Amino acid sequence: MTNVQDYLRESHMPHIWCPGCGNGIVMGNIIRAIDELGLDRDKTVIVSGIGCSSRAPGYMDFDTLHTAHGRALPFATGIKMANPDLHVIVISGDGDATAIGGNHFIHACRRNVDITLVVVNNCIYGMTSGQFSPMTPTGKFATTAVYGNIDRPFDLVNLAGGAGATYVARGSVYHAMQTKNYIKHAIEHKGFSVVECLSTCPTYYGRRNKIGDAVSMMERLRDDCTMLKPGVTEYDKPFVIGEFVNREAKEYTEAYDEVIMKAGGKK
Amino acid sequence: MSKAILLQGNEACVMGAIKAGMRLFAGYPITPSSEIAEQSSILLPKVGGKFLQMEDEIASIAAVCGASLAGKKAMTATSGPGFSLKQELIGYAAMAELPIVVAMIMRAGPSTGLPTSPAQGDVMQARWGTHGDHPMITLCPSSVKEMYELTIKAFNFAEMYRTPVLLMTDEVIAHMREGVALEDDYEVVDRVHPAEAPSKDYLPYKVEEGSMVPPMAAYGEGYHFHVTGLSHGETGFPTNTPAVHEKLMARINGKVKENDPNFAINEKYMTDDAEHIFVAYGSVARTSMNIVKRLRSEGIKAGLFTVKMLWPFPKTEYQSLLNENVKNIIVPEMNLGQYVGEVERYTEGKAKVSLIAKASGELFKTEELYNDVMAVISK
Repeated sequence: MTNVQDYLRESHMPHIWCPGCGNGIVMGNIIRAIDELGLDRDKTVIVSGIGCSSRAPGYMDFDTLHTAHGRALPFATGIKMANPDLHVIVISGDGDATAIGGNHFIHACRRNVDITLVVVNNCIYGMTSGQFSPMTPTGKFATTAVYGNIDRPFDLVNLAGGAGATYVARGSVYHAMQTKNYIKHAIEHKGFSVVECLSTCPTYYGRRNKIGDAVSMMERLRDDCTMLKPGVTEYDKPFVIGEFVNREAKEYTEAYDEVIMKAGGKK
Repeated sequence: MSKAILLQGNEACVMGAIKAGMRLFAGYPITPSSEIAEQSSILLPKVGGKFLQMEDEIASIAAVCGASLAGKKAMTATSGPGFSLKQELIGYAAMAELPIVVAMIMRAGPSTGLPTSPAQGDVMQARWGTHGDHPMITLCPSSVKEMYELTIKAFNFAEMYRTPVLLMTDEVIAHMREGVALEDDYEVVDRVHPAEAPSKDYLPYKVEEGSMVPPMAAYGEGYHFHVTGLSHGETGFPTNTPAVHEKLMARINGKVKENDPNFAINEKYMTDDAEHIFVAYGSVARTSMNIVKRLRSEGIKAGLFTVKMLWPFPKTEYQSLLNENVKNIIVPEMNLGQYVGEVERYTEGKAKVSLIAKASGELFKTEELYNDVMAVISK
């Protein structure tokens, strides 16, 4: 079993996350996935944008990069292109990945560079204290939607699949072990992989929407999620979890190696 | 020296970049810099390098920052509107101390402006475009050969000072073709790597005694270091401690010194006895040279200070020109007056400073500039 502490920078604890936040579960899952796959720690880079979940790389003992808001994926693309031997894992939030980083997100899906993106979806901008994000469900409340959110949320799984991602899964912090396996599959997958991880923000989302404390939010995830079933398109629960896309397509750094060959250069 | 070849300014930029060791370019098409992306896409794979056409200007500079951290020399290229977008991560590169080069070809603005017309409206955006105090080394070629040479220098300075460097000129120099003989023996500088092996005690932003620039490891070498745009100390981890932030600001701004002998690359032409000195950069320096020669032939003591190092302002070199002979400092610019303000500041009242502005999206014509200069001189 993974000793998660071996992979943490404990000297930089305590972390900034609120009690009951799901970020720690996701970070632990990424570490367990890395450990179980036996990735070379010296060749693994963790990249993030801005937001609560984007602070995770600072606590993880690898080469780590905390970029600007929304920009984690293009930074990661530059790293992977410069050195394709590196395993590049990106941690992003729902706002970071789909609002300010939305354009980078769809193009990363399309390009198919061998990078794994884990999106921690707490349905809110937590770090700036609770404004609605592009993944806040319609009708929910936020500091900038006190009359109820009229925006329609993205379905990240459909967005990623439609944009061309070659592995797409959705899990939750309640379904922790299952989600860890999705992250493992995503890292093992050759190409751009996306794992959406439904998470909890008791401080801003839970309180504003009267869902209750952290435990109630976890119970809500348990009750609101249902497993993806082959051939089924209609579900009676708000969230469907499972592995949605797993397909092969030419990986970008390998495609570029062929460009180098055509140009008469050497790798 | 090799045989002269016919080269476009933007082509020379890419050749210089590859000579300097560029192995990744990421960009987004924008006139009048697009040939830099096109040439990079052709030439980089020939040397095993990589070209990325990203989804936008911000992604381009982000990929360049990432490549720099993975140990590769990298560049992006843009023009006015794209430059505005890149400012976010120019600041990131300054704060995280990432050696990167941005080739920036000026056109007429603001906004979309005149995309294919020459102007010099980005001089102050270059210096102060991103938020916060930061250094901004900015080189400005005024010939195709200088596009090659100063691009190499831009990479060298980025590596030496661990900071983003701008190679900035106007559309005329970028699109002009000239016969250029390229020498082979240009100095190429690589970043200093940490002398120590990876360990738990590694401090990615610790400077050696007597230096202001920390050595730089690459991702994937085992150092396990953290990089952030947040304020940080030697450990690289975020902090809100005022004293740590103050020390970081003092160091990243102090490492790029105006009087650094490496920066004394500006050119003086007949300035020793000159009464009227032109201060010009980019294509305007060439028109100014014609005027100076004509004035000299008419017995008027004119001289030219061609600025190749726009930022930091070449205070020491410039002020050394200001002897008792000097009556007029003439600053022709293809804008409504940007660099002239800095020139005036450093003239410190020792001569009369006059702007000759041209902001129509056209080059200065020799006759027109001559007449404007005569109006200044005869006052």
